[in-house]
Amino acid sequence: VRLKGQGKRCKRSEGLEIRFILIQNRAGKTRLAKWYMQFDDDEKQKLIEEVHAVVTVRDAKHTNFVEFRNFKIIYRRYAGLYFCICVDVNDNNLAYLEAIHNFVVLNEYFHNVCELDLVFNFYKVYTVVDEMFLAGEIRETSQTKVLKQLLMLQSLE
Amino acid sequence: MPAVSKGDGMRGLAVFISDIRNCKSKEAEIKRINKELANIRSKFKGDKALDGYSKKKYVCKLLFIFLLGHDIDFGHMEAVNLLSSNKYTEKQIGYLFISVLVNSNSELIRLINNAIKNDLASRNPTFMCLALHCIANVGSREMGEAFAADIPRILVAGDSMDSVKQSAALCLLRLYKASPDLVPMGEWTARVVHLLNDQHMGVVTAAVSLITCLCKKNPDDFKTCISLAVSRLSRIVSSASTDLQDYTYYFVPAPWLSVKLLRLLQCYPPPEDAAVKGRLVECLETVLNKAQEPPKSKKVQHSNAKNAILFETISLIIHYDSEPNLLVRACNQLGQFLQHRETNLRYLALESMCTLASSEFSHEAVKTHIDTVINALKTERDVSVRQRAADLLYAMCDRSNAKQIVSEMLRYLETADYAIREEIVLKVAILAEKYAVDYSWYVDTILNLIRIAGDYVSEEVWYRVLQIVTNRDDVQGYAAKTVFEALQAPACHENMVKVGGYILGEFGNLIAGDPRSSPPVQFSLLHSKFHLCSVATRALLLSTYIKFINLFPETKATIQGVLRAGSQLRNADVELQQRAVEYLTLSSVASTDVLATVLEEMPPFPERESSILAKLKRKKGPGAASALDDGRRDPSSNDINGGVEPTPSTVSTPSPSADLLGLRAAPPPAAPPASAGAGNLLVDVFDGPAAQPSLGPTPEEAFLSPGPEDIGPPIPEADELLNKFVCKNNGVLFENQLLQIGVKSEFRQNLGRMYLFYGNKTSVQFQNFSPTVVHPGDLQTHILSGLGQPPTKRVAAQVDGGAQVQQVLNIECLRDFLTPPLLSLPVTINKFFQPTEMAAQDFFQRWKQLSLPQQEAQKIFKANHPMDAEVTKAKLLGFGSALLDNVDPNPENFVGAGIIQTKALQVGCLLRLEPNAQAQMYRLTLRTSKEPVSRHLCELLAQQF
Repeated sequence: VRLKGQGKRCKRSEGLEIRFILIQNRAGKTRLAKWYMQFDDDEKQKLIEEVHAVVTVRDAKHTNFVEFRNFKIIYRRYAGLYFCICVDVNDNNLAYLEAIHNFVVLNEYFHNVCELDLVFNFYKVYTVVDEMFLAGEIRETSQTKVLKQLLMLQSLE
Repeated sequence: MPAVSKGDGMRGLAVFISDIRNCKSKEAEIKRINKELANIRSKFKGDKALDGYSKKKYVCKLLFIFLLGHDIDFGHMEAVNLLSSNKYTEKQIGYLFISVLVNSNSELIRLINNAIKNDLASRNPTFMCLALHCIANVGSREMGEAFAADIPRILVAGDSMDSVKQSAALCLLRLYKASPDLVPMGEWTARVVHLLNDQHMGVVTAAVSLITCLCKKNPDDFKTCISLAVSRLSRIVSSASTDLQDYTYYFVPAPWLSVKLLRLLQCYPPPEDAAVKGRLVECLETVLNKAQEPPKSKKVQHSNAKNAILFETISLIIHYDSEPNLLVRACNQLGQFLQHRETNLRYLALESMCTLASSEFSHEAVKTHIDTVINALKTERDVSVRQRAADLLYAMCDRSNAKQIVSEMLRYLETADYAIREEIVLKVAILAEKYAVDYSWYVDTILNLIRIAGDYVSEEVWYRVLQIVTNRDDVQGYAAKTVFEALQAPACHENMVKVGGYILGEFGNLIAGDPRSSPPVQFSLLHSKFHLCSVATRALLLSTYIKFINLFPETKATIQGVLRAGSQLRNADVELQQRAVEYLTLSSVASTDVLATVLEEMPPFPERESSILAKLKRKKGPGAASALDDGRRDPSSNDINGGVEPTPSTVSTPSPSADLLGLRAAPPPAAPPASAGAGNLLVDVFDGPAAQPSLGPTPEEAFLSPGPEDIGPPIPEADELLNKFVCKNNGVLFENQLLQIGVKSEFRQNLGRMYLFYGNKTSVQFQNFSPTVVHPGDLQTHILSGLGQPPTKRVAAQVDGGAQVQQVLNIECLRDFLTPPLLSLPVTINKFFQPTEMAAQDFFQRWKQLSLPQQEAQKIFKANHPMDAEVTKAKLLGFGSALLDNVDPNPENFVGAGIIQTKALQVGCLLRLEPNAQAQMYRLTLRTSKEPVSRHLCELLAQQF
């Protein structure tokens, strides 16, 4: 006899919460690193290298999720860039996978974005991320709204 | 709209970045950076005041250099200055610099509080958002102290812009997570809940995150959010695909908000209000229905967004675990995904099904997919998907399919990735043990494990098989035969040699009758492996050899020859040499009787949680662990490791036992340097329990005419450890960072002898070490415990660091007693039990004789441990009574009998334990000739299940 209600996982310790967001190229160069948890600088460097090692060996037949330490990485590749979000293992994979896709606003913001745009405008990329994610949570999900706001800020001196 | 162009606005920055990118070597890059740093430093130090633009440009360059991985030790003041600028672009760079560098310089925070305060008060939504984002990004306690009071106000103010509200909500969330004490709940909380009704979906999205976080700590204060969340969800789920305009994502209305609302609901049990619940169930059904509709777009974004909601819906259904219909529908839906062409969906379906497998309503539905899952285990390309398949097989395993699942996992093991072999080995070992109906299958399975993946079979696994074989005499002969056969293989894994060596040493006699496995054959087979093995295995084999000499005297000469060989007696390894010398001497000097006593068959191992389970839990994330927990909770399983309470020997962590004597505040070992200090410390140690007797003493008169309150709790709840000794005689009585006290005791009739081992765990000598036994009240008149040696010599007054001293206590039970002697010796009345075998007829006759109401004590109680018949038997035997088979008409029940021997009198005791697996309850009845004894035994025993 299985006892009622005992089976479910004890989860939901956190809400949707992001530990960090990384944008890296295939060679492992970091194009954006946004941390929502306290790490010291050495630890950050280690995480960056580990994520790169885990993600770049995977191909299209693999899932977009990979277990990583006590967390998981949800990632998506666009041309030569990997967009990676690190979340708790119980978080909703597909929600983050599509949250990453919201980064296509960069495409319109930078007018056909390429890797170099992220290099030369690194300080603007932070603004884009802060519009979409804040305190490790999804802040704004409407691409239209994010883009409108970015263009408004762009017009300010 | 003009798109952003390269280095827009800051030409100098773009040039610098280009230069860096053009550097051919690391040295060139460093040179260029140093040049730039010198330039910036001179500009900052120069006489000419810099304009805002230059300041912004240089700070931005510094930031770039920092992000390249170089240290920045100046420019902070300039960045702080930028915060006071009226220009957005300058302010933004200032805030960015601070957010990114704050880890390395927290002094900055104090400098910027003023600027942040001004921006928060500016009523300029852009500036307010910059300030809020900065607080959220830094999120330190100092920030909380400065701003936690302001932000709730901004969040609920009627005139705050939507984007400000979004940022304020998440900013508050961050501060609350970092330092909840700084965010006082107040009238704003009710208004936050009502943000769930906000017109702006972005505000709702941010607010749900905040509410989810708040309601975890204060569920009752935020209960009202349930109905609001349900109605919001209902509106979204039932809206047409284009209704929500900006918040429709590839024809899916507000997927993220839906997911967040569904997760918020998972903080609570199902809604109590029937209307709310009805509405919610409708929502859940709608989501499940939509999953069956044809997709509105072929894009993967569409199906991902839709399925994000679906999986979260299924999570909520599993969380409620109360709607059989929905659970089965969820399972069917996931079943479809198991064969989807998208790897992501197959992976998620396997993962989600794992939790469904543990619900009583959907367990059977999950099991129908066994073939698909087995196929996934064999064919999936992505190892993480195969891993989920293995997890799911593990979770869906029960008695009905254990053999199939175990054999599939064994087959998979042959080709499995190295990364997951050990885990599969652990899982197979656990399932084989848990669902073993006949233990020969279990033995076969473990030996197969060693054969297929010997390298991945950890000590825990092969120790466990030895424990089980030792404890179950029905499988010992089979085990001996099987290992003997397995060892015939020309190349067998060393773990096989270990298991084989141990089992043959203990039970080789069971197969010695067969000439094909006669003692000399067994010996030469083992010895043929000897030279290829590691030192540890050779040491184990030497022990097997000496056991052989005892079991099979005919092998004595051969084995003595082996032990005598120079390669053993003069072995470079100290352990091997010592064993060879000692065993050789033992075999030559000792009489057959002595040898037989020394090398007696190992006693059964104490039952406890399988160490394999513990290992798997350590290894695996929550997925496997939870599946395991589920498995362990399965009360129907008749497994040996069904979560039995740990034996005292496993309780070796300091803290729980420290509680026993109330010593939490004991200083660390290094603290007492002076001898007096150490002495005092230990006096305190033993004063602890002595201070307790107020709980204990029971006056003789009251004892003889007991009122209900006089029995009291016989054992204070804190004495959990002590409690464990009710059914056992040996183990660790007490342990903290300083001291470990071990107990070995034996009882015959009304006499007992107890060995106490005091181990000094520190590196410092204990001085004036003097343990004493305190008899609460007049216990002395009931139990006499004398020290075996003259008082002065009973324990050495000094105990060297790391050393152990022994003390012997002789105990005589004069008459029945309730309270154990203090220093909390595990001497309880049942220790003086003498088991009595009797036939059913006699039992019933005596049972009837003891039918006066005061002779009976009965207790009905909830099971605290999994209800496992084997464990129960072991406990009752350990308690001291005999177990009588075929007495109770109901075979589930246990019946026992025994006599308590005291000097003054003998107390006959009969007991009956009736488990009710359905209700997870027990009924325990004791009948003895002495009322307090009935009650006391009943109390003692009831705490053991």
